Formats: sequence, C-alpha cells, structure tokens
Amino acid sequence: MAVDKMTKLTLGPLAYHWSSDRRRDFYARIADEAPLDEVYLGEVICSKRAPFQEADLPAIIERLERAGKTVILSSLAEVMLKRERKATADLAELDTPEIEINNAAGLFDRSSRPHRIGPFMNAYNEATIGWMAGKGATHVTLPTELPGEAMAIAASAARGLGLGVEVQVFGRASLAVSARCYHARAHGRTKDNCLFVCEDDADGMPLCTTDDRPILRVNGIQTQSETYINLLPETGRLIADGLTHLRLMPQSVDMVEVASVFRSVLDGARDPLEAETALREACGEVRFSNGFYHGQAGYRRIANVVPV
Amino acid sequence: MSLAELICPAGTPAALRTAVDAGADAVYCGFQDATNARNFPGLNFTPEELAAAVAYAHARGTKVLLALNTYPPAGKVDLWRQAADIGARLGVDAFIVADMGVADYIARTHPQVRLHLSVQAAASSPEAIRYYCENFGVKRVVLPRILTIPEIRQIRTEIPCEIETFIFGNHGLMVEGRCSLTNYLTGQSTNMDGVCSPASDVEYRREADGSMSSQLAGFTIDCFGPEEKAGYPTICKGRYRTDHREDAYYAFEEPISLNLSRLLPELIDAGVHAFKIEGRQRSKSYVRGVVSAFRKAVDDIRAGRQADIADLVALTEGQKQTQGAFETKKWR
Repeated sequence: MAVDKMTKLTLGPLAYHWSSDRRRDFYARIADEAPLDEVYLGEVICSKRAPFQEADLPAIIERLERAGKTVILSSLAEVMLKRERKATADLAELDTPEIEINNAAGLFDRSSRPHRIGPFMNAYNEATIGWMAGKGATHVTLPTELPGEAMAIAASAARGLGLGVEVQVFGRASLAVSARCYHARAHGRTKDNCLFVCEDDADGMPLCTTDDRPILRVNGIQTQSETYINLLPETGRLIADGLTHLRLMPQSVDMVEVASVFRSVLDGARDPLEAETALREACGEVRFSNGFYHGQAGYRRIANVVPV
Repeated sequence: MSLAELICPAGTPAALRTAVDAGADAVYCGFQDATNARNFPGLNFTPEELAAAVAYAHARGTKVLLALNTYPPAGKVDLWRQAADIGARLGVDAFIVADMGVADYIARTHPQVRLHLSVQAAASSPEAIRYYCENFGVKRVVLPRILTIPEIRQIRTEIPCEIETFIFGNHGLMVEGRCSLTNYLTGQSTNMDGVCSPASDVEYRREADGSMSSQLAGFTIDCFGPEEKAGYPTICKGRYRTDHREDAYYAFEEPISLNLSRLLPELIDAGVHAFKIEGRQRSKSYVRGVVSAFRKAVDDIRAGRQADIADLVALTEGQKQTQGAFETKKWR
C-alpha cells in the first residue's frame, strides 16, 4: 500500500458519560501519545450531561492544542428543549470555523459562516453535499451506513467542492437516537430523574436477545451497534476513493494503540494483516464489523483484501 | 381554530379511493421504489396509477401528497428527481421530503408545488423547521412524535409554516430519519431503501416447549408463550436481556399503537393544522374504519360538538395504545 501522509486521523466526540477524572486522563494521554491530527469534543448525545463536560472542556482543549492537535467542537444530535436550543445557538456563535454541526437547528443558527457537517446530518449524496457546501460547509462526515460505492461518489463530489470528507472507521456505530432515555428506562426511571445511571456503562449497556446473542448497546437516548466498526482493511480503498479524514470513535479500549495501528497502516509502515492482529489484541473480545461499507447487514464482518 | 385537515394513508389505489370516499381531506402515497419510506412489496403506485388516483381524488376535492421522503445514496439521486418530475407533471398537491438535495431540486425545478417536510427530516425545534422554511420554502412540517402538546404550542408561535402531527397508528420510537437498526441486522436501509423490518427477513419459529419466537434476519426479536399472540419483529419493539435485569424486557417500547383521539381538541387548540393517520401498509377495511371515525370526530370538534371517541378507542381494541410523548414528558 502506498505511503500516505496526507490522510488525517481524527478522534470523534466521546459518546459516553465518563467520569470527569476518566475523561481528563483519557484526553491527556490522547494529547501526549496518540498519533491523531484532529479531535472532536463536546456532548453530542444528551444535553443533561453537557454541564459535566463543559467544566473540563477548556483544560482539555488547551492540552490537546498544546500537543499540536486541531480541536473541533461538536453540537448535539437532538435539539428539542430550550437548553438544547441554547447550547446549539451558543456553539454556532463561536468565532472559529472548527465547529461540527449535527442538527439542522445548528445550520440555522450558523447561517453561512464556515462549519463542518457532522455524521448525524444525513449528507447521503452529492446533491445534499453540494447544497451544504453552498451554505458554508467546509467539511462533511458521511453517514456510517453509507455503502462504499456511494461513499466514493460522495467523496469525489465533496473533494471537487474543496471540502474535507470523513467517515467513521473504528468503534460502535450510532444506529438510532430517541427522545426517550433507554438507560433510565432499563433502571425503571425516566429521563428527568435518570440520576446519570449511564455513567455505569463506559462502553454502552449491552443488550442480548432472549437466546443470549449480543445485539445492541444502549447509551442514554442513543442505540449503538454491539460490534465495533473496523475498516482497517478498507483504508487503502477509502483513501483511493477520496476520503481525507478517517474517524475513530472513543471506546473503552486502548485508543492510543488503536490510533497507532491505523496511523502505521496509513504511513505504509505496517503490513495491514499484521496491523489487524494488533487491533484485534487491543480490542479483546469485541466483534468487528464492516457490513455497512460492503452494502450488507451492518453487523457482518466481510472478509476483504482489496488490492490498491 | 385551525382547519384540522385529515391526512390519510394510501398504500394502494384501492386504499386511496377508500380513504377519499371515507372523507380524507388529503391522502399521501408513494411510488413503487426506494423514493418513499414505505417501500414494501405489493404497496404503492405506478405513475399510471398515480395519474388515475390524482384524477379520482381531485374530482372529489381531496388533495394528493406524494412522499419522496427517503435519502438518496450518492449516485442514485436521479431516481428521486425523476419521481418529483413525474409527480409534478401528474399534478400532485405537495411533495413530502426529507433530504436537503431533494428539497433543493424541487424548490428550484417545481416551485409551484408545495413542499412538506417529512417526519424523516427530524425537525424538532423552531430553528430546524425555520431552516427548511427559509431555504426551501417548506409550507408544512410533519413533527416527530417526541413532543408534548405544550411544546407543540410553543413551536407553533415561532415558525412560519403549518404543523402536521401523527395521531394514530404505528408509534415510532426512534427519531425518524436517524435510524439504521434495520440496516444493521438486514442490510436494507430505512433511510436509503425505505424499508423497516422487511417481511422478507421475518421468520416465526415454534420452539420445543410450544413457545414461539419472532426473528428478523436470524436474530430473535421477541419470544411468546404458547398462549400469547406473536407480534411482528420490529427491532425497537422487541424484548432483550441486559445484565442487571432478571428477565427480558422491552428495552425501547412495548408493541403499542399511537392513539391521540382523546387529545384532538387540545391539538387543534395548540394550532396543529393537519392530523396524520399512519398505515400505508394497512388494508382497505382498516383505512375505511379509521378514516370514517376520525372524519366524524374532527367534524364534531369543528362544529363545537363533543366528539364521540368511543369508536376511535375501539379501533385499537385488543391492542395496547398510548398517547406517547404527546401526553407527558415522563414518556421520555
């Protein structure tokens, strides 16, 4: 595989409600050790958690930027309540192009000032990407469920318009969001009196079928895949197809190691098969999947050796 | 008081005529392909059937709304554009859209046709709704089923377009247009293919102990005792296990129908312009029963009479029903 120093490796926004200590330690290590170019921060899933994140945010941003990483602030995926509307409007007012918008409310607030389009914005096709570019988008993250064939066409269109284009290559997929909190529900509570029980599940709350087959993960109002997406074998194809940024989602595994594995493959410094073994070791028992990319059921793992 | 139009499902030409005859103010339907969110086998319209349907509906003063409410994957946008061109040529009264690229195309190419924002666009705040109104000239928003009535009332004061809400039928749990659960298990996408828990992947399996399990693409979605009626395996209505609970439970929602018949006067008072009945996959007789009952109730309320809602409650007899998020935010 060709050596590629241009492709940027990013860390997506933390989806889970980790304790303040855990979060600070995590990002300190990411700042100092992970070969990542860009890091997305901010609460995307639940506005009730946002105050916890905001308290540490300045220190974490400072630490990451000092380590030479670009920081992008991501907005809430769901905007309904007054506090969610205000949080979105406040973010949109920031005087930096490095904000990622995940809800049309944010697009309204941002007007045509430059911004990034997040994975919850449903940028499925070249027409929509073209529309968004005309409204100030400088970068777009494609939906995780988009098949590779469509991804290539979307990426080519985005590049043609001068946009950065990104897709998730590692971690649990976001499969759904709701107004209802399923973490609270699992504990017989409602969203308003949840007592932040989601903090107990640092990698999501596992759901199994009645015959004990792991199927989904609950993360507050979000439903995630049981499997981790792993597009390590597809990175060569993604880059050839025009993706400029590859996104890793923070999971409860050694993310420094995960980032190093992806970086080494991008740099042509490690054989993809050997890298796959290292990633396997870093992730323990977790099952990997790449079905969405191959236009098949998302949970599936399709054997794939694509010559580039 | 708002007009409280009744928007009724038309999965087939026969269901469309039935809904029109039963008193629908408007019917909504789609083509036989991925351009709409009920892309099920045996449903929907050919262009010829739609032409006849528009003629039938218009002759009786009923509007026809064409659902183009899925998200084209890159490379396939033309299918959605062609569907819009055909709909415009046949004289549909509005397009129901979700994708910004599709909305932009219609706003530029067919500016004479009204645009309605589908529930699939997940616009749940005044800002999101205004984004679509100001950019694409959207005239009506179909609100996600996650808002309380006071929240709807508030939104109404802050947006320049009409509001349509679901009042009856399937109770969607997840934010529509943001759900890949079906694609995760089956390889068919709700957003791109218009498919949710497709029948082709459904299987019912009788176990040795007489119980029945309902499966989707080989995953057990629910399990029923010998005396229980087995439900359809919709992922967000299934029973699952988790570590800290002894028994399998409905992790998202029970199999339950939305029925807002008791809330109709409040919804009208909150400024809702149109009531939507879900169910393009339903039979003609279902459509006839539901549409007739709601027609009478809405007419009674408009005329200042007490609506007799007994008939409406009876429509879901034997099926659990809910007022969902509309009644209380405790639902969340």
